[in-house]
Amino acid sequence: MSGLLEQMTEKALARNIPISVQLDLTYRCNERCVHCYLDHEDHGEMTTAEIKHLLDEMADAGVFILTLSGGEIFLRKDFFEILEYARFERQFCVKLKTNALMIREREAARIRDIGVESIQISIYSDRPEVHDAITLVPGSLQRSLAAARFLKSQGLRVIFANVLMVQNLQDYQGVRALAEELGVECTLDPTITPMMDGDRSVLSLGVDQDALRQVFRDQALVGDVDEFCTIAAPADENALSALPCSAGHTACYVSPYGDVFPCVQFPLPTGNVRKERFLDIWRHSERMNEVRSIRLKHLTTCTSCSHVGSCTRCPGLAFMEGNMRGPSSQDCEKSFARTGIPSANMLAKKQAPANLVQIRVVSASSATQPSAAIA
Amino acid sequence: MSSLYVARNPRVAARSLDGEMMIMSGRDSMLFTLNKTATILWQAADGATPLELIVQQKICTEFEVEPGEALRDAETVARDLASHGILQISEEPIVRGDSK
Repeated sequence: MSGLLEQMTEKALARNIPISVQLDLTYRCNERCVHCYLDHEDHGEMTTAEIKHLLDEMADAGVFILTLSGGEIFLRKDFFEILEYARFERQFCVKLKTNALMIREREAARIRDIGVESIQISIYSDRPEVHDAITLVPGSLQRSLAAARFLKSQGLRVIFANVLMVQNLQDYQGVRALAEELGVECTLDPTITPMMDGDRSVLSLGVDQDALRQVFRDQALVGDVDEFCTIAAPADENALSALPCSAGHTACYVSPYGDVFPCVQFPLPTGNVRKERFLDIWRHSERMNEVRSIRLKHLTTCTSCSHVGSCTRCPGLAFMEGNMRGPSSQDCEKSFARTGIPSANMLAKKQAPANLVQIRVVSASSATQPSAAIA
Repeated sequence: MSSLYVARNPRVAARSLDGEMMIMSGRDSMLFTLNKTATILWQAADGATPLELIVQQKICTEFEVEPGEALRDAETVARDLASHGILQISEEPIVRGDSK
């Protein structure tokens, strides 16, 4: 974050202003990515008029950075109408997230005319057979790259977003090289998000410790490896008073159905803009205020963890594990891979089987049967 | 009266945050913040009102400042913002100043 944006974000935080919102326009998609957490059926998306009204409310609430995402945003027939309204009528700084399959020269030129801050395109591999096997759409890599070239030729800022999975573990350097060749930026995220319905089976696509260790020691990705992998100094009172992240503090997420959540990765419903004003939900939702009240010192397990001051712990992932004040195991794994020091959560889990045996109640009648827990 | 007219560039992103305008240039995504005086100038820049009138009506009534000095400062600010593509300036009224 630039210094000036950081200053403005601090100001927004002090005044309880949601400076940044991600609005998913649809969950429908023309790809079927194997790791995607969304239900792609349309369960009643907001209409054009409802979205414009929401944009009015968000602008009045002080939202400045508006990320339009999905699903695939270009599947909405009114996408350009919404984008033009957001830019010309309400002056948002707009970022787009797309797979870009539907972007050709004409769309790229129109996006340039309207003006957006950036267009993020999901690219999982530089090899069509790998990328297309993730999106489950033959030819998708070729089409996404063609779109990236159209956008780039219009002078737009393009960012490749790569999710690290078992399937594409060997390809992240290839994606980076491709990005460099096209003159676009590139991000890599090893986080897999559980399905919205709570199904966690998709997490099996995540890479293992060895792979994380390899990635976290790649100088091209992390810069100074020693600095990146160093163990942070113990957190002092100041550090423990820090906010876990921006979710619910300066940022939130709105679904295509108008549900407001602290973050796209934090599926705690706090209200619906079809029933209440956006600003009322932001300011007065009990759940939003509960999220807002949490500081690092309030976390269970994590406060005693040596990584607490440097961990990338995601409160949303923790919530999906069952406790918004608890640890996020994926981030524990990352801290471990980075430093070689297991997190307090990992150590506690290691002790769990022994505890189970210790508290096992064996009735007199079954005392002679083999114990399933021990067996 | 100064014949300078100023209009907000509709391609920028802009939001008022506690009385100060936050603006991102549509040209290079550079972020700017305007102080309270520049924010007043920005908000009044409709392309139709001469800069001198904006200074008289919006700035001199708000701040204790000598009108000539205020106008000179406002012209400097306007030209600076124009150099970043945030404002449009012209010797003539700007008809499409705040439209698409």
